[in-house]
Amino acid sequence: MGDEKTGGLVVIWITIVVGMVLAVVPMPQFAPVELGFLRPDWVAMVLVYWIIALPHRVGILTAWLAGIVVDVLLGSLIGQHALSYVLIAYVATSLYQRLRMFSVWQQASILFALLGVNELVGFWVESIAGLKNWSLWYLLPALSGAFLWPWVFLILRFLRRGVGMT
Amino acid sequence: MRNFSCLEVNRIKALFLEETTLDYQLLGLGLLSLVFVFVDHTTNWLDGSRSALTIVTTPIVVTADLPNRSARGIEDIFSSREDLRGRITGLESELIFLKVKTEKMAALTSENNRLRGLLGSAAKLQDNVLVAELIGVNPDPEEQEVVIDKGAEDAVFVGQPVLDSRGLVGQVVEVTPFSSRILLISDERHSVPVQVLRNNLRLIAQGTGIGQRLELLHVSSTADIKVGDQLLSSGLGNRFPVGYPVGVVDRVDFKPGKPFAEVLAKPNAQLDRSRHVLLVFTESRILEKANTGFEKSGKRGG
Repeated sequence: MGDEKTGGLVVIWITIVVGMVLAVVPMPQFAPVELGFLRPDWVAMVLVYWIIALPHRVGILTAWLAGIVVDVLLGSLIGQHALSYVLIAYVATSLYQRLRMFSVWQQASILFALLGVNELVGFWVESIAGLKNWSLWYLLPALSGAFLWPWVFLILRFLRRGVGMT
Repeated sequence: MRNFSCLEVNRIKALFLEETTLDYQLLGLGLLSLVFVFVDHTTNWLDGSRSALTIVTTPIVVTADLPNRSARGIEDIFSSREDLRGRITGLESELIFLKVKTEKMAALTSENNRLRGLLGSAAKLQDNVLVAELIGVNPDPEEQEVVIDKGAEDAVFVGQPVLDSRGLVGQVVEVTPFSSRILLISDERHSVPVQVLRNNLRLIAQGTGIGQRLELLHVSSTADIKVGDQLLSSGLGNRFPVGYPVGVVDRVDFKPGKPFAEVLAKPNAQLDRSRHVLLVFTESRILEKANTGFEKSGKRGG
C-alpha cells in the first residue's frame, strides 16, 4: 500500500515539474515578444487539478513547496509564488467538492478567478521589490489559463486514470 | 435516524477535510512565505538556499532549452558538406584576420602602457574573458534576464560584466554553483554609464524593457548628440570596464520647452540572438581570486 501511494505522488510531482518546464520554455524566435504575456501559470493549473482530484494527497503544503521551487526557477523573490499558490490551494481545497460537480467550462471560469488572484498576489509582491503600475494586461495569463483549462483537465485526468489513482 | 458506527463516522469524516487544519496551514505557510519575501528582498540570508535549490531547477531550465537546441542540431545535420566546408573556410580566414589584429593590439597595449608610465599614469589593466553559453531566458516579457551555464565554480561573481562579440550585454546578478543569472542592459532596472565616442560626452544609458532600446538620461537640450553616435562604456562606477561598445544612438528628439531631450540608442550586442557570451575578469579581480575565495552573494530586488 505504501508503494501505491508513493507511486502516485511521483506521477503528481512529475506533472508539476512538466508544468515548470513549460513555464520557462523560451518563445520561438519568430514570435513577437508580447506573446509572452499570454503564457499561463501551468504549475498553478496543475496544482488546482490535483487538489480537486486528490485533495487528501495534494494540498496547501504541496502548493507551497512547488511555489518555492518556482521562485528559484524564475528568479523571483523567494516566497512570492509560494504565497500565491498557497492562497489558491486554500480556496481549491475548501471548495473541491463543489468544483468537482461543475462542468469543465464552469471550472474554467473559477480557474480564471483563481489564476487572477495568482497574478494579483504576484503583482503585489513584485511591487514591494520595485515600482510597478497596475495594468489589466497582467490578467492575460489568467485568461489564457482559463481557456486552456479543459485540455489540462482532460490530459491530467487521462494520466490519473491511466496510472490508476482514485 | 440511526446511529453511525465508528467506522462509518470515520469514512464520512474522510469525505470532508478538516476546515480548521486548512486555516492553520494557510496562516502558517502564508505568513512564512511573506517572511521569506521580506528576508529575500532585504538581506542575502536566503541566497544559500536559493543556490541549493538550483540543483533542482537547472535541469528544468536545460530541459526547457532542448527544443531550441535540437532545432539547431537538426539544422546542422541537414547542412550539406558544401555549406559546412564554406562555413569552416570563412571562419578560418576570419580567425587569421583576428589573430593579426590581436597581435597588433598587444603591441599597441604595451606601447600605450610605456607611454602612460612616462606620463606617470597607472598602467591599464588587462581583461580576461570566459566564454559561457545561454541555457535559459526569463519568461517574463517585462524582464530581460538570461541564465548561463557558468557559476560560482567558474569564479563568476555578482556584478561581473558580460559581453558578446558586438558589445556589452549586461551584468551578473545572481550566482549559483553551476549557473548564473544575467541582467541585460535593455532591462528597465539596469543603467550603464556611457561615453559618446565622438566627443566624450558622458551620459547614463538606461534600459527600457520590452522596447529593447536604451534611453539616455538627462540629455540637456544643448547637448552635442546626434543619430549615429557610438556609445562606449565610460568605466565610471567601476562596474563595467572602459571602452566597450554599448550602443548606437538611433533617435534624438529635442523637445521644445522640456529641459531634457529624448534620446534612444540601439544596443550593439545581439541581446535577443547571442547564444554565447563572455564574462570579463579584470586583472585586479584575477589577483583577488588567487588570494582569497570569490565573492558569491549580493542583495536581490530593487
